[in-house]
Amino acid sequence: MSAAFDLAIVGAGPAGMAAAVAARSHGLTVAVFDENAAPGGQIYRGIESLIAERISHLRILGPEYAAGLDLVKRFRASGAHYEPLAQVWQIDAERNLYVRTPAGARRVAARQVLLAAGAMERAVPVPGWTLPRVMTCGAAQTLLKSAALVPRGRIVLAGSGPLLLLIASQFLRAGVKPAAVLETRTHAWRALPHLWQFAMAPDYFAKGLALIGALRRAGVSYRRGVSELRITGDDHAEGVEYCWRGAAYREAVDLVLLHQGVVPNGNLAWSLRCAHEWHDAQSSFRPVLDAWGNTSVAGVMVAGDGGGIVGARGAECTGQLAGLAAAREAGRINAAECDDRAAPVRRELKTHLAVRPFLDALYRPPQEMIAPRAPETIVCRCEEIRAGEIRKIVTEQSCPGPNQMKSFTRCGMGPCQGRLCGLTVVELIAECRGISPGEVGYYRIRSPVKPVTLGEIANLDA
Amino acid sequence: MYRRLPDAGGATVAVTINGKPFGAPAGASVAAAVLLAGETVTRTTPVSNSPRAPYCMMGVCFECLMEIDGVPNQQACLIPVAAGMRINRQLGKVEIKI
Amino acid sequence: MAKFTSHVLHFSLAPRRSPLLMPHYDSIVIGGGLVGSAVAYGLARRGLKVALLDEGDVAFRASRGNFGLVWVQSKGLGVPEYQRWTRQSSVLWDDFAVELKNESGIDCQHEHRGGVHICITEQDFAERRKYMEQLHLESGETRFEYEMLDHAQLKKLMPEIGPEVAGASYTPYDGAANPLYLLRSLHSAFLKRGGEYFPHSKVTALKAAPHDFTVTAGGATFNAPRLVLAAGLGNKPLGALVGLNVPVEPVKGQIFVTERVRPILSMLTIWVRQMAEGGLLIGESREEAGFNDATTPDVQQFLAARAIKMFPFLRDVRIVRHWGALRVMAPDGLPIYEQSAEYPGAFVATCHSGVTLAAAHALRYAEFVANGALPAEVARFSNRRFGVPTPA
Repeated sequence: MSAAFDLAIVGAGPAGMAAAVAARSHGLTVAVFDENAAPGGQIYRGIESLIAERISHLRILGPEYAAGLDLVKRFRASGAHYEPLAQVWQIDAERNLYVRTPAGARRVAARQVLLAAGAMERAVPVPGWTLPRVMTCGAAQTLLKSAALVPRGRIVLAGSGPLLLLIASQFLRAGVKPAAVLETRTHAWRALPHLWQFAMAPDYFAKGLALIGALRRAGVSYRRGVSELRITGDDHAEGVEYCWRGAAYREAVDLVLLHQGVVPNGNLAWSLRCAHEWHDAQSSFRPVLDAWGNTSVAGVMVAGDGGGIVGARGAECTGQLAGLAAAREAGRINAAECDDRAAPVRRELKTHLAVRPFLDALYRPPQEMIAPRAPETIVCRCEEIRAGEIRKIVTEQSCPGPNQMKSFTRCGMGPCQGRLCGLTVVELIAECRGISPGEVGYYRIRSPVKPVTLGEIANLDA
Repeated sequence: MYRRLPDAGGATVAVTINGKPFGAPAGASVAAAVLLAGETVTRTTPVSNSPRAPYCMMGVCFECLMEIDGVPNQQACLIPVAAGMRINRQLGKVEIKI
Repeated sequence: MAKFTSHVLHFSLAPRRSPLLMPHYDSIVIGGGLVGSAVAYGLARRGLKVALLDEGDVAFRASRGNFGLVWVQSKGLGVPEYQRWTRQSSVLWDDFAVELKNESGIDCQHEHRGGVHICITEQDFAERRKYMEQLHLESGETRFEYEMLDHAQLKKLMPEIGPEVAGASYTPYDGAANPLYLLRSLHSAFLKRGGEYFPHSKVTALKAAPHDFTVTAGGATFNAPRLVLAAGLGNKPLGALVGLNVPVEPVKGQIFVTERVRPILSMLTIWVRQMAEGGLLIGESREEAGFNDATTPDVQQFLAARAIKMFPFLRDVRIVRHWGALRVMAPDGLPIYEQSAEYPGAFVATCHSGVTLAAAHALRYAEFVANGALPAEVARFSNRRFGVPTPA
């Protein structure tokens, strides 16, 4: 095992890249591990190849995507040791990272660790969501960004959140016309108190209206306030059913794209036993962090959406703050210098966070998608455990929580380790017991957070 | 089901998907190539042999598990295609031959 | 809104603790793990009214970290009573599994086809042979029979065995169950027999008098003439409240579980077993690490290397989870079964083989508690063997 890095970063999205640049500018040795083939995370996925091979597609993806190139270039130039296709499956008590790459698995020592693994889409458990030809909106974006693929046929987008309209407009610019955009009920009343913050980001409002206008002009059926969504089909998705304005609808589909916002992709932080709290505004758990991103575990920081959803620009800011904090911790700058350099970043972060309470309130997922009512809805996709069984065990056996639920049903024991079922299970238990999800708690997440072979473990030091 | 946008450019890489040869876009993930090739299903579940396909395309859902070059249960959305790759559906549980 | 209300209503039909009334039970059992739920079920099935008190969702809970063996061949060297008690449980298990399935609808996947203790080196093999022979000599009329299998003989039974493995010991007495389904099954059967289960109920106060125990837990109070301490490591502080010395300490064990694999393992073995759903369990360490169930990289490597040596095919199998759990260990590794002399009616039951002894706990130990006396058969497990503890 070679010498320890001053800072090891998991994730080369905006937070990880910004932290690497900041830490490197203060002379720290930095390693960045990312499981994808190129830097950019989800938001700037594939940006280098896209610009090199098909720059005309930038106009499809929009200016916010293009803006990522500058950060990626600075990251490449920073001198950080960057490894793509590298999965960190474990971090031990001494802050060694256990990394597997196509070349093999090894242990990497670090004095400080930054988890910048970002966000993932919230699961959208509706009946039929496990059928082939049902994906997340983000998945469609990934195909578009990284492989220039667009779907054909009758495409229905369903859910809510800014990404729903964004992908719809990206499709239109790519010459793909979705058959319908079905938006679940938004919470205008709940969002109203935050409207004044929205006023601080006026172009957001304008952008939203423009997207809706574009959809309407293209003749895309755009319905707001749908409920009781279900996907039908035998071997793959063939239809959607839903209620809208008191009537039931049924349509044929070739592809369903779901979205209900994003949540932290936090299994590494959980596996380290970082303290977490329930973040009600975003209906998810997040690690407890100080103003620099330090977790409750010494030497472990979190930046970006993994610490609570802040968006791409917000992620960059939190990454910079973490990089500065790492530099201070490593003795390259003192506390006063650190605060000084952080001040403009904090101001910028504040502007990016301004619109969040409004968005979070407006797009809060409907309860029926948070805690599915239809008992046949699969909650744990890996182990195929359904909502009805989970509710039954809570009410009939007074199951104390998600870990006992896991023991009793295998829910959460599959390869995804609760990434897609964890929040739903917590919410079902919370609803059945009439308590808050924070009181319910979460799965005990253990390493490996990604599967690793026994041979890779045995040969770590080879 | 999927098509490549015009001016996508780039080379193709010869792979085999479920026994059929396919020219995958260079740099694409195995999962993307499989979808472009018109395959609906990446795996059948070990619990009930139900058909599944990529859901998240970013490595968290584990629905895109496929057998790649003889190695089972690989997350196809995280692996770039390579020339000569043999890509097969993951049928239920891993099979081990002694 | 209506739908939400109906869920709340449904939950309130389940037994609720009332802070105002103090319900009376025939027995209180503290601890909802494998020992507690087995004893509680055993009492309920005898018609007693039982309150089973359990902690919250996140607790050490040895029962959720278990390997699940019903293991006989390594028990009780020098203590034939333990061999006999274990063997008895393994025999009772056959009908017990059927009974639980009928009562709860849950199959705890009990198998009883014998087991293999793998000896990797020739020295391991020689030592094991001596061990098994000694158990045989001590077994008297219970007749402990075993076979030592050299590499060639073992390979006939298990073609997947690694080339470097010296051999193994085999007995037909060993078996296994799914420990998680067993726990679920016990809980379900307990409820169906009229038992009342109270989670999130850690004991905060205990008032003891002979055959009269009042327990405050989770904001409610319970009274019964019988009290069973089955709280694992928690038995030590609880025991002190009823005049019972329970010198148990945590001994950590780490285990892996793999991705689901088609049936490959020919036999049940002490350190590697294949569950019905296909995943392989790989264990197991024994560490004195205090009240710490964290997994560690050194043990991780050790377990992986040993597993590959025993079964080379495991080299390419993926592990999905690695966990640690704390065994409840008496200084001599034997169970502790005792009734308080100062407060008769208060019993303790603790062991580190909650699955193996589940049948004995449900069908025999519960009977002892119901009748208020521990027979000579389990006298060897009395805490008197530890002498009188020095006051703190």
